[in-house]
Amino acid sequence: MADVLVVGELKNGELKKISKELTSAGRKIADSIGGKVHTVIITDNVDAFASDLKAVGADTVIGANLGEFSPEGYANGIFAIIQEKKPAVVLIPHSAQGKEYSARVAIKANAGIVADAVGLSVDGGKVVAKKPIYSGKAYANFKVTSDIQIFTVRANSQEVTPKDGAGAVEKSGASAGEVRTKSLSKDLSGGNKVQLADASIIVSGGRGIKGPENWPIIQDLADTLGAALGASRATVDAGWISHSHQVGQTGKTVSPNCYIACGISGAIQHLAGMGSSKYIVAINKDGDAPIFKVATYGVVADLFEVVPALTSEFKKVLG
Amino acid sequence: MKIVVLVKQVPDTETNIKVGDKSINEAGVKWIISPYDEFAIEEGIRIREKSGGEVIAVSLGPDRAVEALRTAYAMGVDRAVHVKVDDYVTFDSTYTSELLANLIKAENADVVIGGRQSIDTDSSQVVVQIAERLNVPHVAMALKLEFDGNKVTATREIEGGTEVVETSAPLAVTAQKGLNEPRYPSLKGIMSAKKKPVDVKKPEELGATGSKLEVVSLEPPPPRIAGRKLEAADAQGFASQLVKALREEAKVI
Ligand SMILES: Cc1cc2nc3c(=O)[nH]c(=O)nc-3n(C[C@H](O)[C@H](O)[C@H](O)COP(=O)(O)OP(=O)(O)OC[C@H]3O[C@@H](n4cnc5c(N)ncnc54)[C@H](O)[C@@H]3O)c2cc1C
Repeated sequence: MADVLVVGELKNGELKKISKELTSAGRKIADSIGGKVHTVIITDNVDAFASDLKAVGADTVIGANLGEFSPEGYANGIFAIIQEKKPAVVLIPHSAQGKEYSARVAIKANAGIVADAVGLSVDGGKVVAKKPIYSGKAYANFKVTSDIQIFTVRANSQEVTPKDGAGAVEKSGASAGEVRTKSLSKDLSGGNKVQLADASIIVSGGRGIKGPENWPIIQDLADTLGAALGASRATVDAGWISHSHQVGQTGKTVSPNCYIACGISGAIQHLAGMGSSKYIVAINKDGDAPIFKVATYGVVADLFEVVPALTSEFKKVLG
Repeated sequence: MKIVVLVKQVPDTETNIKVGDKSINEAGVKWIISPYDEFAIEEGIRIREKSGGEVIAVSLGPDRAVEALRTAYAMGVDRAVHVKVDDYVTFDSTYTSELLANLIKAENADVVIGGRQSIDTDSSQVVVQIAERLNVPHVAMALKLEFDGNKVTATREIEGGTEVVETSAPLAVTAQKGLNEPRYPSLKGIMSAKKKPVDVKKPEELGATGSKLEVVSLEPPPPRIAGRKLEAADAQGFASQLVKALREEAKVI
């Protein structure tokens, strides 16, 4: 059997879009290599997600009750499910959590892994994974030669296509097992309302915003669009905003459908983090700024005039 | 404490990358230590400065990787080991982690520290894979590390914030920006680093089972959708054009 096992992800009890993206991508792979798609959701309430995942191709929707996130616990639980389902291909989100537990899963399963794939295709019964390397200055295509092929996949890189799977619901008996790192406390106060890593729209500010007192101009646009707030390193280094907002090589890698860069010059290290965005809008008063080389839509103008106008225009049409 | 710090050589971000068939054309590439690995070296040295012991820098790569180890020496590590391999196997995290874990097993290290990711492959895999291979706990994206004997309290970055965790050595750690400020090598350090010995290990000596990845091809990045600069008389004009473009043409909002 050449089944595909997909690990989904929840956020505040709701299905993240990546869960559907990977189930859909898994469906295409399974159809090509002749197998089933099993989507695992870490929850004790799997029934709530079954129909959404069936609709994008899941044959089995598996609930695994592994408790609070811990990389060791998730790795133990997911490996137990791998042993049971014996998939040929495993797809895991390249999220903060996914990139961490996938490393342990790969070793337990004695499997090769390609992390941060943005493209998945099949050649000769094996998955070919495409991923950006060298800060997006090249792309590499890899095959995994072990029996089990594991891939972590970047959010927003896969299409969601409706296709009915069997949608059977299973509750897994897998457990988190021994976990040697204990969580003492969490502080989620400094973060984004919308997470950067899987946001489909990001509005980012750079040194062009002049000072921290002007973030509200950028935040207003972000809020209007339900977008995450991003920042260039220059603003983080200046102490205008916390590092958790930084996009780029030493910040977060993002791949939204739409990235709106306000007062950002487009240095190579910034492009390394957002260069794979589907549509890029640049608002910059310097028409020669490098950001315009990658921008789908360029606006050469003062952001202090254009961004508020854009916010009110969107408010009108989005109601 | 015995501390192993992992040091990878990567092309400087500003370097122009020329894509070959299965590897890049290295002519003219400027090589640096992957920025997050500098935090790892610094943290290793700080732990030794506080609790005593030894810091061993390990780099896996072709001949040129020795330069990275010289820099680590200049910063203050005590020993350096070069795992000498062909170049592009360094894409393969499980092969890399197997070689390194076997080396570290023999060293019996208390702490292994690497960067949160190397900036050439951005995979975030090797250090946590080593933890799994050594059967020890790990702390990823560490922002703060405190040792009390074998007990370790760490602050780490998680999605949307930070988390404080407790665990124990032996363990593996990945360094996130904010863990420390890496020191500059002193002139004296640089001079003496030139003469220090670098231990060379071949993959055969480390008993790895081999690569699990096949490089099918490399290619240049996909061309971007041809961009266009919007023309408008004023901010309002730009705003209405952009809204139209994003909603009707791109259909992303
Ligand atoms: C090792 C290393 C890692 C790095 N990692 C990152 C990273 O992760 N992320 C990152 O972003 N950078 C990173 N950098 C820094 C990067 O090189 C740039 O310095 C940084 O991205 C510049 O930020 P900026 O575009 O906000 O500022 P600037 O380059 O100063 O650009 C500001 C822009 O705003 C425009 N502007 C000014 N006023 C207005 C106005 N009123 N209206 C419209 N436009 C205006 C200007 O024309 C200019 O183009 C890194 C650098 C190094 C060396």
